[in-house]
Amino acid sequence: MKARDLMDLAARNLREALLRNSLTTLGIGVGVASLVAMLSLGVGLQNLATERLSRSGLFNAIFVTPRTNFDGFGGRAERSSPPEAAAQPLDEDARHKLAALPNVDDVYPDIRFPTEIRYAGNPYPTVVAGVAPSTRNDGAFEDMKGAFFSGPSADEAILQIEFARRLSPQQPDSLLGQEIVLRYAERQALPPDSAGDKAAAGAAGFSIVPREKKLRIVGIVETEPGGGFGGFGRGRLLIPLQVAETLRAAQTNDLRDLLRDTPSKRTYESLTVRVKGASDVKAVEDTIKQMGFTAFSLLDASRNLNVVFAVFDLLLGIFGSLALVVASLGIINTLVMAILERRREIGVLKALGAADRDVRRLFFAEAAVMGLLGGISGVLLGWLIERAINFGTSVYLSRQQLPAITVAAIPWWMVVAAIAFSIAVSLAAGIYPASRAARLDPVEALRYE
Amino acid sequence: MTSANIGNPGNGRIAIRTDHLARQYQMGSTLVRAVNDVTLSIPAGEFVALLGSSGSGKSTLLNLMAGLDRPSSGAIFAHERNLAEMNSDELAKHRSHTIGIVFQAFNLLPRMTLEENVELPLRLAEVERNERTARVFEAAERVRLTARLSHRPGELSGGEQQRAALARALVNRPTILLADEPTGNLDSATGDEIMLLLREINETLGMTIIMVTHERPRAERFAHRLILMGDGKILSDGGRA
Repeated sequence: MKARDLMDLAARNLREALLRNSLTTLGIGVGVASLVAMLSLGVGLQNLATERLSRSGLFNAIFVTPRTNFDGFGGRAERSSPPEAAAQPLDEDARHKLAALPNVDDVYPDIRFPTEIRYAGNPYPTVVAGVAPSTRNDGAFEDMKGAFFSGPSADEAILQIEFARRLSPQQPDSLLGQEIVLRYAERQALPPDSAGDKAAAGAAGFSIVPREKKLRIVGIVETEPGGGFGGFGRGRLLIPLQVAETLRAAQTNDLRDLLRDTPSKRTYESLTVRVKGASDVKAVEDTIKQMGFTAFSLLDASRNLNVVFAVFDLLLGIFGSLALVVASLGIINTLVMAILERRREIGVLKALGAADRDVRRLFFAEAAVMGLLGGISGVLLGWLIERAINFGTSVYLSRQQLPAITVAAIPWWMVVAAIAFSIAVSLAAGIYPASRAARLDPVEALRYE
Repeated sequence: MTSANIGNPGNGRIAIRTDHLARQYQMGSTLVRAVNDVTLSIPAGEFVALLGSSGSGKSTLLNLMAGLDRPSSGAIFAHERNLAEMNSDELAKHRSHTIGIVFQAFNLLPRMTLEENVELPLRLAEVERNERTARVFEAAERVRLTARLSHRPGELSGGEQQRAALARALVNRPTILLADEPTGNLDSATGDEIMLLLREINETLGMTIIMVTHERPRAERFAHRLILMGDGKILSDGGRA
């Protein structure tokens, strides 16, 4: 029998016992909905975690320090890496070399220093951090009040909210547009001739000069992007990286520079290497290690996260599938009942020339149609559940005064896969009834009353 | 419908031939020999009545001829092709293309209209859609039922239902028509109508008709040849009295 006639007959048969077949199809739909809802939760949470982490800027960043800086930092990874070059100083030359590596977007130092600012005549101790322009798209700036720096060399500042509350406990937002005075210690290199006897004075390599700089507050953020990973504390006052570099403010590793042969040559405590995508991290990280630096990224943590979510999805899928397994028993029951009811009809079909495979295909077609309709209704039902989960979560979060998030998501592949899975399960459930119907003895079937 | 449309019965050719045909089955501890060593030959175009009491084996023999059942031993040939050696797909083709079957209980599918019932064998034989309507009308016209094609079986009288079943049996243009008690569920007048139709089909189309019945007078009136069966054997085989 041709496929179109087969589907026509199958649809006719399904319409015949409409209530029973609808209930069976609904059972499949509920099974598929349960599967879709479970998986949408898994996928949604995975998306949420991945998005949050990638927006943090940590997953496409490599933190580079001089190898002598932290022997134990990332040491395990170093042992498994190929042989590396001798330790290199993390200076301006190294920064240029790192920037020239393939798939590297940006290389910037971690400039942060403790200092004091003056606002409304009062002093406030704080930590200043330089912010690279490439971090502009990080999640930390997504919900900021005000705006990002107008330019890389703008004399502007972004405050971390807790620090802003210290400056203006009642109305931190009113700080936007206000001016503050940054007081800092500038490191000034001494002329070569005055540094003749290095051992004679602490100022053999450079001197420290107090300075002030006016900054306009343009924004307030909840958190610092990637803050504190390579430094000693969160920056509470963020300024453009280029401005931070021109300040030449004394940092904690300046004392170490005194012990070096060329103290006037500036070295970095750490550099952050931003790569184009998370997939480039491994290759760039290995190259940096071979160049003689210590490199560390959150790539391994990211991999583990994916494994955790894969297992999570699998478990959710298994629980979701249980309902579908129960629904498949409904299909078997419905089709076996149909054989009993249509025993004589099967006999007639065989007497009129239907081959065993025609009868088998007819029952498979009925199972497939129930699977298809069940799959479609299940996806729709699952989508409603997904919307309900997201709506409920948003309502709960808004009551907690937290921003709404999407905890469940149904991607297109899940829609297609759920319907295909529903049909596959229905066909599997139809195997026994279909072969039983095909094997029916036509003489016995025609005799049946 | 013209005789040219209904296959080619072939003058002098054999439509059905059996050779020491037997069909037996186990019923508890008893071995039932439903058909026991039957050898016969039915020429193409003949109208044969298989007579006998209940359990005589006539319906079993008809089922063997239809390819609905398989012999336990012996051979059964339809147009010299041994049904005993056919696989289930070949038997299905035999039922679809070589024979048409009419049952005592009509066996029309109740949820389908007459048109859909008559069309069913065409669907199974994978006849193109655009050809089906004409073939259905042609078969319905032969049994004079064109006006009732849109009705469901439940809306028709017994005679009309049997005529519809006859149209369904003819629609694939078989060469052999098998009828199992075709008048068994009908009153005398309606039964005669069906028998007249069968005779007309036999005479105008030259179709071989093998009819199982226990009504001897009717068989003598319409069939060319009467085969009397008892205990699975042929008791007598000859022309009408």
